[in-house]
Amino acid sequence: MSLSALRVTVIVFPGSNCDRDMMVAIEKLAGRRPALVWHKETSLEGTDLVIMPGGFSYGDYLRCGALAARAPIMEAVLDHAARGGAVMGVCNGFQILLESGLLPGALVENAGLKYVCRNTCIEVVGGTDSPFTAGLEAGKRMIIPVAHNEGNYFASDDDLQRLEDNGQIAFRYVESDIHGPANPNGAARDIAGIVSANGRVMGMMPHPERAVSAELGSADGADLLTACLEALAV
Amino acid sequence: MHVIVNISLKYGVLDPQGRAIGRSLSDLGFQEVGDVRVGKRITLEIDETDEARARQRVARMCEALLANTVIEDYEIEIDAGDEA
Repeated sequence: MSLSALRVTVIVFPGSNCDRDMMVAIEKLAGRRPALVWHKETSLEGTDLVIMPGGFSYGDYLRCGALAARAPIMEAVLDHAARGGAVMGVCNGFQILLESGLLPGALVENAGLKYVCRNTCIEVVGGTDSPFTAGLEAGKRMIIPVAHNEGNYFASDDDLQRLEDNGQIAFRYVESDIHGPANPNGAARDIAGIVSANGRVMGMMPHPERAVSAELGSADGADLLTACLEALAV
Repeated sequence: MHVIVNISLKYGVLDPQGRAIGRSLSDLGFQEVGDVRVGKRITLEIDETDEARARQRVARMCEALLANTVIEDYEIEIDAGDEA
């Protein structure tokens, strides 16, 4: 299938604020505008990739992503994932995927108690069997910005070991001369992004949709997203 | 009846807020303070008169939404002062 045949859906929650950035980025890279689907909808028919965007869904009330994870559309997202459909979550979208149980672990308050908004350098870990990393060489480094207050990945030691052993850690923060210290938030094992056991669900804190042209400071996010789209369009 | 849910971070989960509060208390001269943990308290008004049933329902609410059991523990308390 060609990239423009890939049907992408971006879910919009009250408080999402990266939904349109993601739509523009995917349209630019795939040549087809994704559908924006409001959280009150209950159906996702004809979708190849569901994207949970960044933002502050439901004002981050109770816990980041907690209320969004129980929104009406989530039943359709869980069904899509259960059928092996691809799901990607960025930032608040990652928090929602964890709260919904599609990915293991949790994201807690940044260790430095501060909202962090800056570029980070992330590395493709390798050994991950997933369309989200299939087109990315292990060790590839990308400059992608983060902007979050709760990006500190936490999981029990057993779960962390399982993630390592199963190759479910997709991206790690690494040191960079330009972008300073590696880990912006205290995340366990420098985890920036993980995939589900079957590789079909991916969540990451950095925002690839904010790094799709050199004018924005980095076009590395375009490489990442294009690689995902190409692997899913096969 | 009123039911109170106390939610706290599990031991082993870093509580940067608690740590910062602990440091401030120590700076203020309260050297006896060790570990500080910050939690939250949710008060629910429930249309139910049977305490055991209320506890059971609230436990289900905690599992379904109120707590994230990956990182949080919860305790359910029936508000004894509530005779209404």
